[in-house]
Order: sequence, then structure tokens, then C-alpha cells
Amino acid sequence: MQLYLPIAEVSVNVFLLLGLGGIVGILSGMFGVGGGFLLTPLLFFVGIPPAVAVATGANQIVASSFSAVLAHLKRKTVDLRMGWVLLAGGLVGSAGGVQVFALLRRVGQVDLMVTLFYVVFLGIIGGLMFVESLNAMRKARRSGGAPKRKKHYWVHNLPFKMKFRTSGLYISVIPPLLVGAAVGVLAAIMGVGGGFIMVPAMIYLLGMPTKVVVGTSLFQIIFVTGFTTLMHATTNYSVDMLLALVLIFGGVVGAQFGTRLAVHMKAEQLRILLALLVLGVCGKLGLDLILPPAEPYSIKDAVGV
Amino acid sequence: MRWVVAILLLLAALPARAEEVVAGLSQTRVSITADFDGSEILIFGAVKRFQPIPAGAEPLHVAVAVAGPSVPLTVWRKARRAGIWVNTDSVEIDRAPSFYAVATSAPFREVLSYVEDLRHKVSIRRAIRAVGGATITANTADFTDALIRIREEDDLYQLKEGTIDISEETLFRTSIALPANLHEGNYTARIFLTRGGQVIDAHETVIYVQKVGLERFLYVLAHEQAMIYGLLSIALAIAAGWLASAIFRYLQS
Repeated sequence: MQLYLPIAEVSVNVFLLLGLGGIVGILSGMFGVGGGFLLTPLLFFVGIPPAVAVATGANQIVASSFSAVLAHLKRKTVDLRMGWVLLAGGLVGSAGGVQVFALLRRVGQVDLMVTLFYVVFLGIIGGLMFVESLNAMRKARRSGGAPKRKKHYWVHNLPFKMKFRTSGLYISVIPPLLVGAAVGVLAAIMGVGGGFIMVPAMIYLLGMPTKVVVGTSLFQIIFVTGFTTLMHATTNYSVDMLLALVLIFGGVVGAQFGTRLAVHMKAEQLRILLALLVLGVCGKLGLDLILPPAEPYSIKDAVGV
Repeated sequence: MRWVVAILLLLAALPARAEEVVAGLSQTRVSITADFDGSEILIFGAVKRFQPIPAGAEPLHVAVAVAGPSVPLTVWRKARRAGIWVNTDSVEIDRAPSFYAVATSAPFREVLSYVEDLRHKVSIRRAIRAVGGATITANTADFTDALIRIREEDDLYQLKEGTIDISEETLFRTSIALPANLHEGNYTARIFLTRGGQVIDAHETVIYVQKVGLERFLYVLAHEQAMIYGLLSIALAIAAGWLASAIFRYLQS
């Protein structure tokens, strides 16, 4: 069954879109990532113009994250206080990131910069997570899973200390604000929610427990992607509501399955799976940069679609 | 004196117009609905003749060209820089139709000579106009070739030689397939009657391609009330997320 999308101006198979939305929804529920880093390239592949794919992807992530957060709230695995602090930093960062994006566009080569950003960040984060999770699994097997003490860095002892009861942390608000801002900048440039950066940053930089990280990351992703959707809708007119609705339908169902799958898995296993996924996308994008393209020419119309 | 010349000119012009094309389309309006899956337009017609065909005349041929709205665009070429493939050269195309289909009753050059093609801009290559490139070294022809190649792969540009049936040198018919990925706008259908590569008569009509219903509503809202549209998109997303969560909770209990 074909569906003609009014903004993208292409006709796409409905079941293909439902499937894409479903896969991304499962990831979103399992790992607390919005799934934008996967959805956006997949939409390009289906033939959706890049500008529409980025904007509509953000809109879809609002829905799947909201659905997943509700499930997490019920299980009390969302640190709301930490979420608000991260969000405050995130909105400032994302406003700054939009300016950086505009600058890149003026210079040209925005596609290349976005791809390079993806390769570098996905590569670093995926690699670190993979190595760390392997070590954790090996250690857990050897010592019988002894609980390790929380590490405290000097940044945690900066002024403005705050209690984050759900996370069991008593640290300065400055590091979470900085993490939020940094992720906001990247999110605006790369056109994603930023969960795949946020999740490891919360685990390794802030020392939050993995179970709480997922819900809290999703919580602030709702707002960041909502903001992005509005920006794209008012400046580029590139949000396709019909496309979003179909993706959402697949996505929300997937997210519910994802959150239930995540309960039955160990934290290390979850992390290693996410690491492999991130490395896979990174490898694909990297190969596209290095291998000679099948078609060296590409067409762009005046709108930049 | 002047009007005598005018009459003489008119008389001289008459034999060239001895054959006229009368054409019709199966539809002049294409509505893009949510389940739009392409459309086929039947183009048919007859030759109106005031005198019998002179003996030994070249065979009659017909060419039909359907063109979508033209937009300026940029064609980029990638090259290897420091080990990675980067867009390096670009050529701006002044106008290129979003859709272009040519159907003929015989191989293209038999139907239309090179000069007549230049004059009427019938072939795909002539329908595209390129302006200056961004770089001096860029060879514009390579870029227009690439544009045509990419769009031909997507069925957006079609050259269909020998797909027009002519019977008794009088009646002709053909069909043009409009793909599912159609852009809105006014499409022009041009019909040429030729003999010996020369155009005898031409006829032009417009096909209106328009989004209707939900498609039209969303498109207009997105462009004219962008803020409301954006907020509505987010509200729908939140509502869908909540609804799914509620349904799953209900199913589990």
C-alpha cells in the first residue's frame, strides 16, 4: 500500500515506514536513545529528502520518547530533578548549536560535517562503551558481582551541590549542566535527540546508575526534539505530519516492547548491544566516506532538500 | 499596400498549415490523494487535412512531450580529498523540469531534425538549460549528463521512442505514465506533427497536478501557519505516545 507524503512529495510503502518506526521504537525503549541516529539515515535510504527526514525524525522521537518515559515513570526509573538540570543546559546548548549549524551552512559542506560528526562521535562512544562493558562483564564473572564504589571526581565537588535522590548522588549541578549543554550543541548540529551521547555521559561522567540513566535521558530528549521540531517547522517547513504519524504508530508500539525487553536484560548486556549498534552505524557511515561512491553526482534544489 | 503583403504572406503560409493537429487528453487534472500511486495519461488526436496528402510526401510522425514545472537546481560532484569523498565541484542548472517524458512514433532523429529540436526544445537535453558552473574546470556537459542519468533511473525523465501508434496517417494515440513521486504544478503537454524531421504543426495544453483533501490541507497549513502546524505535530506526537502507553497498560492488566 503506497502513501503519498504531502511535504516530502514522495510516495512510500506504508508497511516499510511502519517497520522502520517499530525498529527505532524498540531501540528507544531498550536503550533510552531516541533512535534518531538510526532513523534519519534509514529515511534517506527509503528516498525521503534529507531535510524532511531530519525534521520529521525529530517529531517521531518526541512520541516514542514520551511513550517510553511513561513506562519508566511507572517503574520510578526517572530522575526528574536531574532531568530538569540537564534540560536547562540542553536548551542553551541547542540554541548555540543552531547558530553553529547556520555558520556551517554558509561555508557549505554541511553534509560532510554532519557525517564526520557522526563518524567521530559514534566511533569514540561506541568503542569506549564496548571496551568498558567487556571489562565489566569479565570482572563481574571473576569477583562474583561485588558492588563497586561510586567514583568521585573533583568536578563533582564544585559549588552548588544538589541532592539527586533517585540517582543516589550528591554532586554539584555544574557537571550535569555542562553535559546537557554539550549534548544540546551536538543534537542541533547532527539533527538527533542526542541520547547516544547523553547515556554514556551520564554513566561515565556523572556516575549515575544505568537503570535511571535510560528514563532520565528519554525525559530530556522529549523537550530537545520537541524544540527541534518546532524550529524546523517554522524555518524550513520540512516536518511531514503524515510521515511522522506513520512512523509514530510503529514507534510507540516498538517502544513499549523495548522497555519490557530491557527489564529482562543485564545492564552490561544492554550496554554492549548498544555499543555494537553504535559501532555498526559508525562503520557504515565511515565506509561511505572512504569508498568511491557509485554515483559521484548528486542533485540539490534551491531549498536544499 | 501593406495589407496586400499581409494577404500574400498568409497565402504563402497556408500550405505549411495544410495539416493541423487536433488532440485530446484522457484527463487534464491529476489529483494527488493520500493513496496516489502514479497515473497514466492517454494522449490521442487526429490530423485535420484540407487537401489530400501529396504523392511522395515524407511519412507523418508525431512527438509528444510532457513537462513538469521547472526549478533551478545544483548538481554536485564528489571527488577524493585527503582520503574521503567530498562534494567538490558544482554546476547550477538554470531550469530543469521536475518531470519530462518524450514519446515519438519512430526513432527520435527521424521524427525531429537537430535544428527543429533546437528551435522547439523537445528532447530531454534541450529541455534543460544550464548556466555557469561554480568552478572553471567543471565540464557542464558531464553535470547535465549526470542529472539526466539520475532522473532517468527514477523514471522522472523518460524517452520512449516508437510508442505512438499512428493509423492511416490520421489518428494517433499514446500514453504517458506519471510516476508516484509527482510534484505539484502545471504540467504542459506539447504535441508535434512532423514530416521529414520538420515540424508542420504543434499543439500545447496544460495538465493541472494538484494535491487534494488531507494532502492539500497539511501542505497549506505547513506553509501558511507554520507555528500552529509545528505545535500540532508535537501535540499529536505526545498524544500518540500517551495513547500507546495507556493501551499497553490496559492490555497488561
